[in-house]
Amino acid sequence: MSTLEIKDLHVTVDAEKDTGDGTGHKEILKGVTLTVKSGETHAIMGPNGSGKSTLAYSVAGHPKYTITGGSVTLDGNDVLAMTVDERARAGLFLAMQYPVEVPGVSVSNFLRTAKTAIDGEAPKLRTWVKDVNATLDALNLDATFGQRSVNEGFSGGEKKRHEIAQMELLDPGMAILDETDSGLDIDALKIVSEGVNRFRAKEDKAVLLITHYTRILRYIQPDFVHVFVNGRIADEGGPELAEELEASGYDKYVKAAAV
Amino acid sequence: MGLDVSSHLHPVGSFDLADHPVPNGREEVWRFTPLKRLRGLHDEAVLTGTDFDVKVEAPEGVVAHSVPSAGSERGASGFVPTDRVSARVWQSAADVFTVEVPAEAELSDPVFVTFTGHGTAEAVAGQLLVKVGAHATATLVLRFQGSATFADNVEIVLGDGARLTYVTLQDWADDAVHHSTQHALVGRDASLKHVAVTFGGDVVRHDVTATYAGPGGDIEMLGLYFADAGQHIEHRLFVDHNAPKTRSHVTYKGALQGQGAHTVWIGNVLIRKEAEGIETYEENRNLVLTDGCQADSVPNLEIETGEIEGAGHASATGRFDDEQLFYLRSRGIEEKEARRLVVHGFFNDLIRRIAVPELEEQLAATVEAELSKNVLRDASSLGSSATMVKED
Ligand SMILES: Nc1ncnc2c1ncn2[C@@H]1O[C@H](COP(=O)(O)OP(=O)(O)O)[C@@H](O)[C@H]1O
Ligand SMILES: [Mg+2]
Repeated sequence: MSTLEIKDLHVTVDAEKDTGDGTGHKEILKGVTLTVKSGETHAIMGPNGSGKSTLAYSVAGHPKYTITGGSVTLDGNDVLAMTVDERARAGLFLAMQYPVEVPGVSVSNFLRTAKTAIDGEAPKLRTWVKDVNATLDALNLDATFGQRSVNEGFSGGEKKRHEIAQMELLDPGMAILDETDSGLDIDALKIVSEGVNRFRAKEDKAVLLITHYTRILRYIQPDFVHVFVNGRIADEGGPELAEELEASGYDKYVKAAAV
Repeated sequence: MGLDVSSHLHPVGSFDLADHPVPNGREEVWRFTPLKRLRGLHDEAVLTGTDFDVKVEAPEGVVAHSVPSAGSERGASGFVPTDRVSARVWQSAADVFTVEVPAEAELSDPVFVTFTGHGTAEAVAGQLLVKVGAHATATLVLRFQGSATFADNVEIVLGDGARLTYVTLQDWADDAVHHSTQHALVGRDASLKHVAVTFGGDVVRHDVTATYAGPGGDIEMLGLYFADAGQHIEHRLFVDHNAPKTRSHVTYKGALQGQGAHTVWIGNVLIRKEAEGIETYEENRNLVLTDGCQADSVPNLEIETGEIEGAGHASATGRFDDEQLFYLRSRGIEEKEARRLVVHGFFNDLIRRIAVPELEEQLAATVEAELSKNVLRDASSLGSSATMVKED
């Protein structure tokens, strides 16, 4: 069992442009509170630019973001005090919206190195190779995929399936999926959703599913839906909230936030 | 004063030392080089030192021996000194070490020539002539190690349809100075893969020029270098496309670490009027691992005909990419290990393209050894959120 608790989180980004206020910082998250427990799937839905990725990156520890207030704990442990890799070893996983190319590092080397780091020991070769092949295969990634450089020259769909493959193989307790559905055609969306559902079917897994569209929620049933607007959670509810958003969009929340 | 050189891509050579005044460091071709550290190779240093040994391992069929300069075939590549150091080597060196691969020979193993220096006090002049006969296939690995003050002229002559992989591996001790002038003549439809790997030495300056004896020739130049604190590593390349349908592809990659590490890469390509239908691409990438390093990178393409297949160049110098490190670390991989992966990845495709199986393991191990000097020793001192410079 694990519990991720985000309390009143305030985050600024080191702006590339002058913010006009002389600080060079721009507040993106303006007090986010959210608790995700094992066995639960939460969907965070919000328009572009509302700060969804900022939330995901902040929990994962991206150096670009500065936490200016609030807390994040995993089973009571201070996540914000951990290094990026410590967070991963504590059981957090982030499937990124824009996975990064690492030229010259093969997928298989990368996966093995990550698995070894997470487990604290090298995986048993025979079962590991079998697991990798089966996982790639289930995500419709062919056998030569392991020899390719991480994310280099991958199609959009391959990048997202590769993220899901990592999630399944590294087997974290808590997975944050940042717009894993974006840019996927319907077949790829189904394949990715099946991967997420396989993961959810295991014991004590928690999923925080960040999405812009309701489409993926037809394949992955959330237990809770949070509407994210302008750096805050504007509304919360059960799966029915997603249906409401499907019908009426984010307009009323965006307008309310602008007042 | 000296030779009339209108463009440094049209140098006029001379065997006469009087035509090569002592450089002062302001000349285009010398402006990056720390002349003071050349131990007089460019000036008056006596070049008759003998404190070294040479070991040769050659498969059957290869003739590898020393020939007195007078009776040698030196100059066969069309080489004429265009700078004072190579002119001095030409004047001073008594012998030419000659490696000949007969026409149509297919060598089973590489030829290994290992030069070991035993001191820096007396400067040494060396000459090497490599001749690969028509349609022959060969690999030559030249290894430099130990301490030396060394200047050499290398000529490489490929007959029609010949294929040569030429590797020069600078694994010098920290106090070595090595100035090398190399010229290749690539026959019709022949292909040369020229590989320079430079790890050691205090000052290493290689000046490599290549040209074609007929159409259809192919030149690939690959370079891998790793400069530590205080090291100066300079590679100057010049491909002269003087024949139609020729191709050249240059990829040099380097890493720099430690105070005063300095690398220079000059990539000159000239496409002459008669060189129609040629293709050329050159790139240089540098990975700066610590503060206090300098990587100079100057690609230069001079095109005299519009009738070409393609010509391009790229040059980029960057620090560790924070996004790459974040991605790897977000998968549980510790910072040091992430840095190691990124640097190995940076060099990996290059090592693969060198494609000399006998060297692959050694190169990977040398990269690892270089990394352990700095990057892996204390990653935290480098700052985990160092600003990122990324160019593409
Ligand atoms: N590096 C950055 N520099 C400046 N602004 C940024 C940076 N990263 C994100 N932002 C801004 O933060 C806001 C939220 O971005 P993001 O978290 O990516 O939103 P979402 O994922 O919901 O689309 C946007 O207004 C965006 O422009
Ligand atoms: Mg986003």
